[in-house]
Amino acid sequence: MSTPDNDVLLRVDNLVKYFPVKSSGYFQKREYVHAVDGVSLSVRRGETFGIVGETGSGKSTLGRSIARLYDITAGSITFDGEEISRHSQRRMRPLRRQIQMIFQDPMGSLNPRRRVGSIIGDPFAIHGLATGAERKRRVQDLMERVGLNPEHFNPIPAECTGGQRQRSGVARALAFQPKLIICDEPVSALDVSIQAQVINLLADLQAEFGLTYIFIAHDLSVVRHVSNNVAVMYLGQLTEIAPADDLFTVARHPYTGALLSAVPLPDPDQSERREQIILVGDVPSPIAPPSGCRFHPRCPKAAPVCVSTVPVLEPKLGDRPVHVAACHLPMAQGENLADFHPTIAAAQRVIEGGGLLSGDEAEVSTVAAEALATAPDAAQSEGRRQ
Amino acid sequence: MSSSPEVRGRHAGKPAVTSGSAAGTATMELPPAAKKIEGRSPWRLALERLRKDRAAKVAAGTITVIVLCALLAPLIASWIGHGPNQQFIDTGLDAEGNPLAPSGTFFFGTDSNGRDLFIRVLYGARISLVVGVLATLISVALGTFFGLVAGYLGGVVDSLIARLIDVVLSIPFLVIAISIAYISHPGFWLVVFVVGVLAFTYPARIVRGQVISLKEKEYVEAARALGAGPMRIMFIDLLPNVVAQVIVYGSLLIPLAIVSEASLSFLGVGIPPPTADWGAMINDASGYYQAGFWWYLLFPALALLITTLAFNILGDSVRDAMDPRGAGIYE
Amino acid sequence: MTRFLIRRIGQAILVLFAASIAVFLLFFVGPGPNQVARTFAGRLGTPQRILEIKHALHLDQPLYLQYLHWVGNLLQGNLGFDYYKGQSVNTVVGQALPATVSLVIGAAILWIAYGVFSGVVSAVRSRSLLDRGFTTAALFFYSMPTFVLGYTLIFIFAYELYRVTKFFPFSSYVPLTTDPWQWFVHLILPWLTLAMVTAAAYTRLTRTSMLDVLGEDYIRTARSKGMSERRVIRVHGLRAALTPVVTLAGLDIGTALGGVIITEQVFGIPGLGWTIVQAIGQQDLPIIMGIAILAATFVVVANVIVDIMYAVLDPRVRLH
Repeated sequence: MSTPDNDVLLRVDNLVKYFPVKSSGYFQKREYVHAVDGVSLSVRRGETFGIVGETGSGKSTLGRSIARLYDITAGSITFDGEEISRHSQRRMRPLRRQIQMIFQDPMGSLNPRRRVGSIIGDPFAIHGLATGAERKRRVQDLMERVGLNPEHFNPIPAECTGGQRQRSGVARALAFQPKLIICDEPVSALDVSIQAQVINLLADLQAEFGLTYIFIAHDLSVVRHVSNNVAVMYLGQLTEIAPADDLFTVARHPYTGALLSAVPLPDPDQSERREQIILVGDVPSPIAPPSGCRFHPRCPKAAPVCVSTVPVLEPKLGDRPVHVAACHLPMAQGENLADFHPTIAAAQRVIEGGGLLSGDEAEVSTVAAEALATAPDAAQSEGRRQ
Repeated sequence: MSSSPEVRGRHAGKPAVTSGSAAGTATMELPPAAKKIEGRSPWRLALERLRKDRAAKVAAGTITVIVLCALLAPLIASWIGHGPNQQFIDTGLDAEGNPLAPSGTFFFGTDSNGRDLFIRVLYGARISLVVGVLATLISVALGTFFGLVAGYLGGVVDSLIARLIDVVLSIPFLVIAISIAYISHPGFWLVVFVVGVLAFTYPARIVRGQVISLKEKEYVEAARALGAGPMRIMFIDLLPNVVAQVIVYGSLLIPLAIVSEASLSFLGVGIPPPTADWGAMINDASGYYQAGFWWYLLFPALALLITTLAFNILGDSVRDAMDPRGAGIYE
Repeated sequence: MTRFLIRRIGQAILVLFAASIAVFLLFFVGPGPNQVARTFAGRLGTPQRILEIKHALHLDQPLYLQYLHWVGNLLQGNLGFDYYKGQSVNTVVGQALPATVSLVIGAAILWIAYGVFSGVVSAVRSRSLLDRGFTTAALFFYSMPTFVLGYTLIFIFAYELYRVTKFFPFSSYVPLTTDPWQWFVHLILPWLTLAMVTAAAYTRLTRTSMLDVLGEDYIRTARSKGMSERRVIRVHGLRAALTPVVTLAGLDIGTALGGVIITEQVFGIPGLGWTIVQAIGQQDLPIIMGIAILAATFVVVANVIVDIMYAVLDPRVRLH
């Protein structure tokens, strides 16, 4: 918003999306799932911007909020110089041609009762553009572009293979040569052999039409392969944003480090030398997220400051300005996470929503804390104490 | 009134039975088998199952015969030479003016006006079928519309439609029906309208439940991402996915509509005389049959019973065929 | 729970309010005030009398006042005055109600008993000859129009068999207070008719619901613990399976109390249903309106009772 940058296609500032939790009565305090909680990022024209995170991190909600499938709770979205975060669905309509989505489950995102050709023709029908023979010609044109047989017009989705279905989804998104395509885990429901095909197709189309992608995935290796920049998301917030190569060589945030340690390496020697970090516990509830750094209950490096202070996304340890991480104790290059133990009490590690305990209790030794936190029974009794 | 499935699907009258399974089937629009075996649509699978169902075949055959009777009634009448409302004062009544028993001239005997019961029963099939089908079309159309709108839009619209359904269900069907018939003048279209409109509650509830589970699907989100408005999503994207359920329940509404029509005519507020109608004929017969004129009651009653039975058997089979989980998986 | 009760009763009041508006529109506004006054006056209405009635019913006032007047009376338990018979609607309804209650309660006992029994047997002995028999019978009676069954029973028992048994009377009704035995004998055939037609739904509902429950994991667990089959069904199966049946029964009884029009008509039982049909023949508007509102009240109250019972049995319901 501050400096108009022609290179930036999409700018998201402090985006917040809460979902109300079904409450049991009128007088009870309403609770919210903090699905996306203050996310800022910008996507440049022609790049692929990857977003990675675990299930429940809010990455899909972020994608859908940017596409304005949801009304957002707060924040702003600037697309191609236009602030769209408060647009009504009606006002969004013309913009829908510019922002498209490709969904995870090609079976679920194609209407099972309609013919593939008619589904791909939907954008034309919805925006009242091409009709009759003209529409069919354009649909067949699209089908050819994405590598579908243009004569394969009539089957219903159930009669197609997984690859054909996802190609149909891509064709539909491509109808108006949109400026931005949000790919929400476009390949994670596909067989590995087909994943590569679809990813190559997306890359070819990007080169051909100068498309910009937001590529959401939980699989780091896929994201690394396709993205120019990558954002890591945890519990509704971004923990680290960096050019893909930087991120994969020097991850600053321990969460990124933990994710990376799970990626299989092509070199077996290297693979053996590396220790895999197993994160402790489950992702905390997004209804009452932890205080401070949201990752602190599971972080091997967690210190009292992580509980009390929310970290800011900024360059760490002399990184370039494009590489930012939200961490009080960023990792140095070559640092091994497995060497660290949190310096906060076990009680704080599993607690949710800022219910801090007194200093005395925080003195518990870290070894005991580790044991407590991993034992399922302990976690349960912690829960009861609240 | 309540959102529990059992309460939602209930009614004092008949189709309540199906409610239990309705809640269960709502989430499944494709049998899992259809995903694996490509090229076999659920429709075709259902048809194959129906073909193996003997009861369904007998019921379908019976319905075909009834439809033929209704279609050919004028032909048969002119061939025999007896009109449906023609009174045979001399040949159709005995010396004391009472109905005649079945004979070679009058296959089903005559009624108290000396009319040919056989021909009248044939003509009665026309009213029953036409009212049954037209009323069902009305209730299915209305119910699908309200169900789609309530389920997709949710919120206030949903609550309003739910209360509307509650109100319609709160006053017993026959009370509303005879009241309406009393205020305006009874006639064919009024009966179609009353029976059709009042039965919209069943398809409305079923479609609403379906839509609520379907609207979470990604293809609905995909349509919104393309810029489709609520109308297009409801009628182009969701409608084709509820049609199967609607057809199943629609087929069970036909016998209900036929009985409703016959009941109204039986109470004298349905199809006005002298039109041949089974319900009205049974009412006419009620003053006679106990005095030995059994045929007067038997034939219209049998015709009505066979018709509703055939439609119910076929409807049940169609439902079982579309949702095979209902049968025999517990052993 | 209190919150649930308040919300539920609030909804019920809303529905009754809407139903009262529907009845009001149907009978008052539809025909127009002059027509209403003429109808209320009955066939003997002189212009003078029509004017009087018009005034008494506030028909010369704006619509909302007319409605308030009518509903005000209803809230005080006054269903109106029947100009045709020259007595209050409450009296007419009071005379008709015992017959309907006798019919409904007796029939309800029969249909619930038979429906649950046949449904449970069908589910437990699924696919057996008995199951087929009960299921076929259910489909048969489910398709059977009430008046066809009623006349058939009358024909067989009251006429053909009467010569032999001299037992079943043809029809009509004897109040319980007049002669309990005759009351009972006269109601046997109506009870059977109403029960058979209604029970079909119960057989099918019990069967489906029982089969669903018997497929649950906790039933399998009970069996694997070595619990006897009889105990599994009695202790675990029935309780869960009968909840929807209880719901249906509550609603059916509520609806039926508003008048069992066809059964009462066939057997000449002077209950609410019979009375409303007579009233329609006599163009006796106050009676029709009174019974319509009363019937709606029964249904709505039954609904509330059923929902409350449900919420007590199954706490999940309260959340919705």
